[in-house]
Amino acid sequence: MIKSELVLRIAAQNPHLYQRDVETIVNAILDTIAEALARGDRVELRGFGAFSIKKRDARAGRNPRTGEAVSVQEKVVPVFKTGKEMRKRLNLEPIQPAGS
Amino acid sequence: MAGRTVTRADLSEAVYQKLGLSRTESAALVERVLDEICDGLARGESVKLSSFGSFVVRNKGQRIGRNPKTGVEVPIEPRRVLVFKPSNVLKARINGDSEPDSDN
Repeated sequence: MIKSELVLRIAAQNPHLYQRDVETIVNAILDTIAEALARGDRVELRGFGAFSIKKRDARAGRNPRTGEAVSVQEKVVPVFKTGKEMRKRLNLEPIQPAGS
Repeated sequence: MAGRTVTRADLSEAVYQKLGLSRTESAALVERVLDEICDGLARGESVKLSSFGSFVVRNKGQRIGRNPKTGVEVPIEPRRVLVFKPSNVLKARINGDSEPDSDN
């Protein structure tokens, strides 16, 4: 499912809204999460999971193709931890030993 | 840093500010959006949200784990896990960069 499909689904359930408005809603949600993370805040959505950020120290990296040494600057990465309820929902059905 | 925790209430408020809907309806719509994402993932679908990131369901095989306290070996059953891959746009935004790294 991609964002436009998500918007279509929500729009179909809410005929009184323009599709454009639903798009605005989805973007407002994602923007609010991104903005919070950019501020260094945590975002906790019960039943789904929690977003937070982690600091990665600067390190000496290497260009994997050329083997050349490069310095990697300190950076912040977003992380997501699946919530308890979501984790349970993913494992309601037994798993067929097929996928990896 | 070490800020507050943003919750559904904040998301509803953002939606309320953007559109002229009631607070009740804004909250209900936030819930619908999150539900729709969760439902898709529970069906095993990936959910890709451009310029934000993608949520992917991965199947993990069985492996032998160990109780770190007692050292007793326990089998870890095959299971599904959810992983989030942040988009380059999101990563850049969080690092305060104006545009995402082209070589990353």
